Amino acid sequence: MSDHRETLRADNIVKRFGAVTALDGVSLTLRQGEILGILGDNGAGKSTLMKILTGYQPPSSGRLVIDGSEVALGSVDHARSLGIECVYQDLALANSLSVYHNMFLNREILYGGPLRLLNHRAMRRRAAESLAGMGVHIPSVDLPVERLSGGQRQAIAVARAVTSDARILLLDEPLAAMGAREAGLIIDLLLRLKQEGRHSIAMIMHNYAQTLDIADRIVLMQHGKITYEKDAAATSVAELMEIVRREYRATRERTTSLRGA
Amino acid sequence: MTRPHRRVLEAFARWQEASILVVALLLIAWFENANHDFLLTNASLENLSQFVAPAAIISCGEIMLMIGGEIDLSAGMVFALAPFVMYFAAQAGIPVILALLLGLVAAGGVGLANGVITLVLGIPSFVTTLGTLFLVNGLTLTISHGTPVTPPGGPMLAQFMGAWGYSEILWAFGVVAVLHVVLRHTRWGLHTTASGANETGAREAGIRVMRIKIGNFVLSGVLSGLTGCLEAFRIGSIDPQAGGNQIMFLAVAAGVIGGTSLAGGSGTIIGGLIGALVLGVLNDGFTLIGINAFLFNIILGAAILAAMLFNTYIRRLARQGGRR
Repeated sequence: MSDHRETLRADNIVKRFGAVTALDGVSLTLRQGEILGILGDNGAGKSTLMKILTGYQPPSSGRLVIDGSEVALGSVDHARSLGIECVYQDLALANSLSVYHNMFLNREILYGGPLRLLNHRAMRRRAAESLAGMGVHIPSVDLPVERLSGGQRQAIAVARAVTSDARILLLDEPLAAMGAREAGLIIDLLLRLKQEGRHSIAMIMHNYAQTLDIADRIVLMQHGKITYEKDAAATSVAELMEIVRREYRATRERTTSLRGA
Repeated sequence: MTRPHRRVLEAFARWQEASILVVALLLIAWFENANHDFLLTNASLENLSQFVAPAAIISCGEIMLMIGGEIDLSAGMVFALAPFVMYFAAQAGIPVILALLLGLVAAGGVGLANGVITLVLGIPSFVTTLGTLFLVNGLTLTISHGTPVTPPGGPMLAQFMGAWGYSEILWAFGVVAVLHVVLRHTRWGLHTTASGANETGAREAGIRVMRIKIGNFVLSGVLSGLTGCLEAFRIGSIDPQAGGNQIMFLAVAAGVIGGTSLAGGSGTIIGGLIGALVLGVLNDGFTLIGINAFLFNIILGAAILAAMLFNTYIRRLARQGGRR
């Protein structure tokens, strides 16, 4: 897959919140049809990176290159118009709204004419079609999403991103707080998307084993920096654990020696 | 619980308007049985419509706000302010129609202030509109010197704007119809619901939550002002003490009884109209069978609590049954 063209590149992205530096010069690339797993501790800056890539927040400095041209993302809408869609950790679903309303939220299909009314019928049909096409099975697209299970909701959120003509998908912990069967639902969906090869997917993950199963390539983020990058096939859970363990010990030694002095 | 039971519960949960409509019809039947003059005379029907209309129109604005997770406590005071702005504008020589529009613009202006203070400065709307409630009330009392005046314009305008017995309820039906379509069939309505259900999520989906909510504050202001003007023309007097918190709370109660959640994320405009009808039926019905106003408040309070419990309970039951 690595011979495919580059769809997204981040060069030396820095993000500061006041005195706190959340991202300290992050560079990464994403190629057509590949799944990139982003690993790292809480507070390593993964979510901040996502928010910058989706135009939710601007970086303090650094460059973003999408399809070969440099862009300054002004808003989520702007990023979306360039084909970037994100599925956030806190699920951007509105629980009381139906599945099909959620799938078309802020991308509604409208009737023509001056009133621009919602075309519920078309949205309902398209939502049902695309969910079936992705192998996501739910009782009815009319159900409010609060009536679905966690895995089904996450699948809806991913499906929403996919149906939006997005080419670059950013997933923030797509398997968080999910049982094995529920996670299987999402993993199948992601592998199917990878097979189709039309999307570039970057996903923030916590579980190393799951990440190595799904991703083509992984990066490890620590303290706002990317400290490790490798093809998934060339590394192992043991190797990743060792890096994190080493880092943890180093931090411990630093703090104990500080306390000792 | 058996299956048919569950299906009935599900249907009730899905069509909240249906459940409250059943309550309204039962009440009407009961009062009609107790006093045959309740609905079938023109006078009492007119009376009922004039109770229902103001609560229904104001509740439309409150419902849009409540669905978005906000509330407007100043509605009853904006109600009193708008007709005075119209009156003074007309006094200054501005044509009456324009003066009326100016009254509505002023009402919308209060709504805009409510929205900007709440959304831009981040004050909870309960507090913002509590502040503007007193502020606007004081303003109305000051500019009016506390004295009622006569609405401007000729009899034609007055008839159209509320003086004819059923014109106010027709206004209410019109406003309800338009806002029902806005809520269910436009992006504005869908985005209002999304903002109330998951504000962060809505924002991340690219919805301009701030603009939507400020817009709904303006809407609530304009509808309150419109109601104030309609009532002024109906009564034939602009009273600085008109409206007030009673009508605002009736409107909120109508929305809640109709199935709108105060927590945001769900609600119905039609339900608000039926909620106002229930309140009107209770009010007129008890008056006609000779129960006094004190008791009415006890019953109103109990009705609001019962409606809330009913909605919450039915929904929870349906949800437990519905998960597959």
